Amino acid sequence: MALTKPIKSLWEIPREERFVGGHAACQGCGAALILRHLMKVVGKDAIVVNATGCMEVISTLFPRTAWRNPWLHLAFENAGAAASGVEAALKALQRKGVLDKNRYIKVVAIAGDGGTFDIGLQSLSGMLERGHDVMYVVYDNEAYMNTGIQRSGATPYGAWTTTTPVGKKFRGEWRPKKDIVGIAYAHRIPYIATANPAYPIDMINKFIKAYNTRGPSLVHVLAPCTPGWRIPESKSIEVAKLAVQTGMWVLLEIENGKPKVTVKVRKRRPVREYLKMQGRFRHLKDEDIKKIQEMVDKYVEEINRWVGEEAIGPVEEK
Amino acid sequence: MAVVEEKPREEQLPTRKKKIAATGSDAAAYAVRDADVDVVAVYPITPQAPIAENIAQMIADGELDAELIHVESEHSAMSAAVAAAATGARSFTATSSQGLELMHEILYIASGLRQPVVMALATRALSAPINIWNDYADAMGMRDTGWIMIFSENVQEVYDNLVQAFRIAEHPDVLLPVVVTLDGYILSHTTEALEPLDREEVLSFAPKRPRGYRPVLDPDHPVTIGVLGAPNWYQEIKVQQALAMRESRRVIEEAGKEFGKRYGREYGFIEPYYMDDAEVAIVTLGATSSLVKAAVNRLREQGVKAGMVKIRVFRPFPAEELAKVLENVNALGVLDRAVSFGGALEGPLAMEVLSTLAVRGVMKPFINFIHGLGGRDIFVKDVVEMYQKLLEAAKSGKSVTRTLFYGVRSRKGHVI
Repeated sequence: MALTKPIKSLWEIPREERFVGGHAACQGCGAALILRHLMKVVGKDAIVVNATGCMEVISTLFPRTAWRNPWLHLAFENAGAAASGVEAALKALQRKGVLDKNRYIKVVAIAGDGGTFDIGLQSLSGMLERGHDVMYVVYDNEAYMNTGIQRSGATPYGAWTTTTPVGKKFRGEWRPKKDIVGIAYAHRIPYIATANPAYPIDMINKFIKAYNTRGPSLVHVLAPCTPGWRIPESKSIEVAKLAVQTGMWVLLEIENGKPKVTVKVRKRRPVREYLKMQGRFRHLKDEDIKKIQEMVDKYVEEINRWVGEEAIGPVEEK
Repeated sequence: MAVVEEKPREEQLPTRKKKIAATGSDAAAYAVRDADVDVVAVYPITPQAPIAENIAQMIADGELDAELIHVESEHSAMSAAVAAAATGARSFTATSSQGLELMHEILYIASGLRQPVVMALATRALSAPINIWNDYADAMGMRDTGWIMIFSENVQEVYDNLVQAFRIAEHPDVLLPVVVTLDGYILSHTTEALEPLDREEVLSFAPKRPRGYRPVLDPDHPVTIGVLGAPNWYQEIKVQQALAMRESRRVIEEAGKEFGKRYGREYGFIEPYYMDDAEVAIVTLGATSSLVKAAVNRLREQGVKAGMVKIRVFRPFPAEELAKVLENVNALGVLDRAVSFGGALEGPLAMEVLSTLAVRGVMKPFINFIHGLGGRDIFVKDVVEMYQKLLEAAKSGKSVTRTLFYGVRSRKGHVI
């Protein structure tokens, strides 16, 4: 059964595994950890629609599967449309009495940042705009990791990728990350959240809310990628946690248009600490880091203004 | 008031229904209604749009209980249709031309995942230059996508073919998507007499099977659909798909025969016209066949033994049937309405017909004609000319190796 009430401690997380071990994800994969917890929340009565990407590839190498739920994958750019099709079919079949009217079956779409921010954006927009009852989870590892760390619209400023390499003329990504939450917000959908696997209770509670929303919901989760971010396998959660503590990743929730910061950070750590842990930012010079710090300061200021309180505090140098 | 003693003839025949005036688009929508489709995902494009409009009106009027997904593109239309089929719903979409091109990626996925989606294709030329009129370039572009393809010659066939399509697609020995074509404008927007069936009849001919007769997305019986197939399994999966396409012949044949038994209109893979004693013949597709028939009639009046073969089912290709019917002709032509640029022959249908014959050791003087691109009118006199060219070939015993384009603006004449 899906969880319906918020949890307060890790002990309340269901023991049952629905995204099971034996899959081929890398050690320390943030996305696999996110999916494992997502599936614990949604339980049995959920149909998963997965875009092409790391999670699809690692979990369904024929004749094996890591999924104990009904699961569908069509292509890269159409998770929103495929999820719409499943949801419409459930509605029609329930109305016509083929399926039990009183049994609630949720459609859960899963896609990476490439399948959401870039190639799948149109299909996602259609799904959100038409108001399908679909919970959409985007695991954001900030590049095309499945094909070998190519830059996506979600790649942050300054990051090295194989298509934003560090050379004499250009040094990594030179454009800021696309604002997918802002795009979802513009669709006036009932529930939007950002989450982070280093804050599992917050993440799970957001999954619960998204699951129990009637209508479209979107949860944007930061998914550390050990090969792509050039971090040791043991450091995924530490890096993810620093993303929140530096203000690079703000844990937000927008319920019926009202924004709220769910994990407040009284004193921010400097972005340098987050950047220095990752090989993808190793080439950054002091002035680059200073620029990123200024970008984050501005972002934090915007968020605080939006939520109407100082949810994220100033930087405190150690 | 006069008392009618005898029942009118129509009532004695249980299958005789009242005829109504309908366009091909109306016919397609009626078939969708009568087949009690559950999910329709459509994106408007000319000349398919009236199909989408008709279905929307039927849903609005409560004549059809279906979910209509107003998708934001044809790519999403096909994606949603495949996903709905994977959930166990009877699923339909319709498109044309550029829309089919945008769907292309998912066409292969529909057949690869063995999802019985049914689609109506109002055939239309491909851009560039952009053109909204009829030819078969769009349909020919999907010939290798693993869809069963049925061409319609008139409005009645649009309806009958779609009704049969649901039965064929969802048959447990087939489980492949089916496309039914209707020539853009020529059928989609032209009113003809149509004899629709009762909904009960359609649902008994193309029954909705109990959920679970094939694997679908069901929390009580979870399945993983759309796996990664590595080199150790991919080939087996694809061969199974090829075998299913072969197997579908039997189901298509049964459907056409039973349709005839029940409703008096029997359908086969091909429709030969004056082929019993034909000396020259043209092979063709779709509504163009009616035009070729008119040319055959004219030639027969003049004593020329002309014949025609209409290919109704283009995939799976009716090679056996075609080879048999063409056995005794002296010369053979194929009228294509699409171009395979740079091909061994430039007409895609011509290549099918020739390989059908060559592999069976049947060689005939052969000419490939291409005409009617992007709605260019084909006149009966043009087709008569083609037959005359075939008579010459029959006499000389020689094929024309170059594909001939007819009806072209040129100072030298209209054949290039």
